[in-house]
Amino acid sequence: MKGNDKIRREYLSRFANRSYFMQGDESVAYGSLYAGCDFFAGYPITPASEVAEVMSAELPRVDGYYIQMEDELASLSAVIGAVWAGAKGMTATSGPGFSLMQENIGYAVMTETPCVIVNVQRSGPSTGQATKPAQGDIMQARWGTHGDHEIIALAPNSVQECFELAIEAFNLSEEYRTPVIILMDGEVGHMREKIIMPPLDKVKIRERKLATGDELLFGGELIPPMAEFGVGRFIHVTGSTHKESGIRDVESQQAHHTLVTRLCKKIADNRDRIIRFEENHLEDADFVVISYGATARPAAGAVLRARGEGKKIGMLRLITIWPFPESKVRELGARVKKIFVPEMNLGQLSREIERFVKCEVIPIPKIGGIAHTIDEIYSALKGEV
Amino acid sequence: MIEIDEELCKGCGICVDFCPLKVFETSDKINSRGYYPPLPVKEKDCVGCRLCELLCPEFSIIIINE
Amino acid sequence: MAEDADRKEVAEKRRHRLFKYLRKEVLPTAFCPGCGCGIVLNCYAHAVDELQLDPNDIVAVTGIGCSSWIPSPYFLGDTLHTTHGRPIPFATGVKVMQPDKTVVVIAGDGDLIGIGGNHLIHAARRNIDIKVFLVNNLIYGMTGGQLAPTTPLGISTTTSPHGNVEHPFEIAELVAAAGASYVARWTTYHVFPLMESMQKALTKKGFCFLEIRSQCPISYGRRVGQRTGSEALQEYKESSVRIEDAAEMSPEELEGKIIIGKLIEREKEEFTGNLRKLNVELRTKKTGRSPEEWSLS
Repeated sequence: MKGNDKIRREYLSRFANRSYFMQGDESVAYGSLYAGCDFFAGYPITPASEVAEVMSAELPRVDGYYIQMEDELASLSAVIGAVWAGAKGMTATSGPGFSLMQENIGYAVMTETPCVIVNVQRSGPSTGQATKPAQGDIMQARWGTHGDHEIIALAPNSVQECFELAIEAFNLSEEYRTPVIILMDGEVGHMREKIIMPPLDKVKIRERKLATGDELLFGGELIPPMAEFGVGRFIHVTGSTHKESGIRDVESQQAHHTLVTRLCKKIADNRDRIIRFEENHLEDADFVVISYGATARPAAGAVLRARGEGKKIGMLRLITIWPFPESKVRELGARVKKIFVPEMNLGQLSREIERFVKCEVIPIPKIGGIAHTIDEIYSALKGEV
Repeated sequence: MIEIDEELCKGCGICVDFCPLKVFETSDKINSRGYYPPLPVKEKDCVGCRLCELLCPEFSIIIINE
Repeated sequence: MAEDADRKEVAEKRRHRLFKYLRKEVLPTAFCPGCGCGIVLNCYAHAVDELQLDPNDIVAVTGIGCSSWIPSPYFLGDTLHTTHGRPIPFATGVKVMQPDKTVVVIAGDGDLIGIGGNHLIHAARRNIDIKVFLVNNLIYGMTGGQLAPTTPLGISTTTSPHGNVEHPFEIAELVAAAGASYVARWTTYHVFPLMESMQKALTKKGFCFLEIRSQCPISYGRRVGQRTGSEALQEYKESSVRIEDAAEMSPEELEGKIIIGKLIEREKEEFTGNLRKLNVELRTKKTGRSPEEWSLS
């Protein structure tokens, strides 16, 4: 139990069972505090700055630490350093900052550092429509850092879910010793909704598995235990290929193969435990809409309208984007006629879906910083079902 | 007194060149890694200033001052 | 003969004392013969031995480059070998969470000034209690001798084959101006003051920065007629000017000189201390909205 746990519990108990009207950005910050986050380093960027604003106000009150760094490279660096020194750490950013973080995301993967990265997606490429929402970082979240790796990314679609997935993100990152990305979009980040905060003791926290003796910290089992600095383990943490002891070994083909395949396997072998999605009206569906994040809201409206007209259409809302729920999508693809994919990009997830199905996949793309309306999605479905 | 671990030496010659009293010469015997370590030929001239000990990049030289 | 064995034993004990701070299993070092990194490593081991620091209380953080190998893997202690240019922000995270540890960053000019220059000045501005030992060899050595932001004007490197047209950084002066608590510059020839300066930095609160001019015989020295470590040290010996003397000299007289000594030493509020103070203050005094106040129900 951490030294600051009592202070944290006492402060957060005042939120229990109360309802608030707040933004997704604020909610994801409170969820993180509930999860035990006690370190935040970030750099302001629209539409993610509100996460930093809440953290800068609240972290000192729970005896945690907020630092505004000089850029996003430094932000994730400080988070990783803090985690090895015992913190539960996170950062929050948007597209351009997320691009800058890619190298250190790879470092966190390679060094098996649990941490949470919130990416409130905005319209790109480059500065794009700086303040406006998008869902254009689906593939950057998956493949942004170089080299073979697996990643976990979660996409909330409501303010309440931002809170819940923040807790889940920390839990997954600790359980699998890996960075977890909360792939929000500017829409859900800036949307204001009612949220109810649970009592802290109703929230399930999965804590970091710490070495109790001289266990190997970088191998030996699929997910080795971690150790924190200062306990006399003389930990050697490196982003270079390393042996199970942590000591660098960049020459051996076998060492690299063993390490990188294990890092991938620990996520891939646990897909079923990690992946979450929401199914609606899929039992009798001949058609299905697959969506996620804010777009899933108008998508659900369009599906309901079509069903009202007697169409056999259902919906799959992805909560986990990565690892991709391929077995679920494959199963659906084998029994439906068409899959529709509304998303706020020019068709990123729809391409991933195409890899697993033989039926027709119809993207319903929209970019330009304005979310889909129910009408738009409904009209795209209408002619096809 | 000068104690040299010849096996740690990489034969850079810094000790030979910078000893203020020119105590060292380069040995003509190579160590197992193929380097020529220093030989403290004028050890009796050594005043124990420890410059060589600190300048050695390999921890090869230890000066013992009684 | 018996006396010989005794001497060996005493020497081994002394060496063992220094090796207490090193990962013996990875020695001898991978540094080229005559490399300044070995001298910095040696001075560091002597400095921590003099201070009798416990390796448990030291966290070493480093980046990418030959001099990053000084702490990683050679230092014993918790070691964080980070991405290129980022050791200072990584160290910032470590220090904030474990303020009682001595957090040391040792890295090169390419890492700390080139790709990571922004972090260096911001850490100095915050005055976070991190010890930064910059091993400045004026070149990208590990990658074979490319132009660095410290390479002097006119020098030809593999990426300035017609001669460098850029002015180099005066890095110690920059860090002093940015707000560090302690800044000094030495060379690998000046091992005694360097070792003392390291001890000063390790014990003084605040952002402490040492610029250590160091030789790279292989990737830099041979381009400027210094093919061995000794030739570089000879230059350091001859062209170094104490900062007190430099104050009396004209810019023309200082051309090509290395100004050595302490640039700055001052008392200033330290960053992690301020963070902690804030947390304590917030617990005793009510500020901002309370959770009850802005709840809907």
